[in-house]
Amino acid sequence: MSALPPNDNSPGNSPIVTLRGVEKNFSNGIRALDGLDLDVQTGEFVSLLGPSGCGKSTALRIIAGLSGPSAGIVEWPSGAAQIGFVFQEPTLMPWADVSANVGLPFRLAGKDDGGEVVQALERVGLAGFSRSYPRELSGGMKMRVSIARALVTRPPLLLMDEPFAALDEITRFKLNNDLLAVWQDLRRTVIFVTHSVFESVYLSQRIVVMTPRPGRVFTEIVIDAPYPRDERFRTSSEYAAFCRQVAEALAQAMASGAAA
Amino acid sequence: MNQRILRICLPVFVLGVVIFLWDLVVRGFAIPPFVLPGPGLVLATLISDAGLLWHSLLVTLTLTFEGFALAAVGGIALAVAFNQWRLAEYALYPYAVILQVTPIVAIAPLLLIYLPQPLAVLACAWIVAFFPVLANTTLGLNSVDHNLVALFELYKASRWQILWNLKLPSALPQMLTGLRIAGGLSLIGAVVAEIAAGSAGAGSGLAYRIAESGYRLNIPRMFAALLLLSLAGVAIFFALSAISYLALRRWHESAIDREG
Repeated sequence: MSALPPNDNSPGNSPIVTLRGVEKNFSNGIRALDGLDLDVQTGEFVSLLGPSGCGKSTALRIIAGLSGPSAGIVEWPSGAAQIGFVFQEPTLMPWADVSANVGLPFRLAGKDDGGEVVQALERVGLAGFSRSYPRELSGGMKMRVSIARALVTRPPLLLMDEPFAALDEITRFKLNNDLLAVWQDLRRTVIFVTHSVFESVYLSQRIVVMTPRPGRVFTEIVIDAPYPRDERFRTSSEYAAFCRQVAEALAQAMASGAAA
Repeated sequence: MNQRILRICLPVFVLGVVIFLWDLVVRGFAIPPFVLPGPGLVLATLISDAGLLWHSLLVTLTLTFEGFALAAVGGIALAVAFNQWRLAEYALYPYAVILQVTPIVAIAPLLLIYLPQPLAVLACAWIVAFFPVLANTTLGLNSVDHNLVALFELYKASRWQILWNLKLPSALPQMLTGLRIAGGLSLIGAVVAEIAAGSAGAGSGLAYRIAESGYRLNIPRMFAALLLLSLAGVAIFFALSAISYLALRRWHESAIDREG
């Protein structure tokens, strides 16, 4: 129904959001970000990878406008994009059923969902659960509801803050595959925060490795394996080689952070 | 299942034993009814004075419910005001506490000087009942999931929407706890005021009957009135518990039976 933005899925043509010299100091004296520069291209799947406490979640919240940078600028070259946000926890309203949770963005905007809630639930494989309450669902299903809610308004930019960190491995692999399917289907821009080397390599076109405290970009690694990626990719030597390369970069980033 | 039967049967059994012993003591020591009436006489008085006691019960219950309703509305409204305007909380909260910690028995005679008696009873019921509603609702409104607040802000929800669609539903369990406590307390407030008024001679509530029967050494009627007061308190507690259960059973852990 809504027109998709032009998207040929080749990074480097038009940035959707640009961070320049972004700093964030918290009132307790912690310097979370120090001169973060980041360009995210339209349609790109990019991961921010780093140890916990490297400010990657902070960067995500600054992009979402939930928190302001202490210094530096966040630019939206083609206008502020609507954002879908998936938190580390499912962050559902326990008193509302699945369909009310997913339809929340429409309700807050005072609009009719026009069938989008049903579609979003089908997309994440929860078509039969619209009347269920969050407590009746498993952890993986709750996260699917959370993703459906983030996608329901078809936002151009999807921000995900370690969404699968609390899930078991089987569920996480399944959700990884489903997320990639949704991304290929909808062609949205995804910024994915994770501390898992394996997850970032499996999902991303590009991985931004960050240094811990204060967070800044250490290096970037392009994962140019073709999509669709599936279990064959997960067990391929190509995947293993990427993982080794990224893991080494992460180790260097942590060493440089410790030295600083 | 067995547990449930025990939970009902054991208290009933204890009640039976106590009534039997009570009767035994009254008969065995030939205690005169103006010192301690036997259970049979209390029951007989309950039936013979039914008209008078029923009327008194209605008077007390009406004032209790009015006080409770005002406490519920006032407590919730004040909690919302405190939550929305910090300065209102700073300015008024200490006085809410002072009102709560000053013993109601000490306030009641004063209120009876300035207010007509039914209004003074109502005021007493309100004063003791509103604080638990205020305190619990305030706690509920303040312990809302921060990520859900962030989510609402992301979708540009207004203050009113955050209050109505997020904070109030999220505070419902604590609010209902406050109301459950307030139900019993409003009965206590009404009784205290009636007793205080009793010595002034005007009134028709159950507590006034108790005071009046005391002066007249009509001890069986004192017991009958006391019994009715207890039953009224129990009924209020169960009614509010049932409302709380019905409101929370779909989503809140406190209202869900654990299986296995």
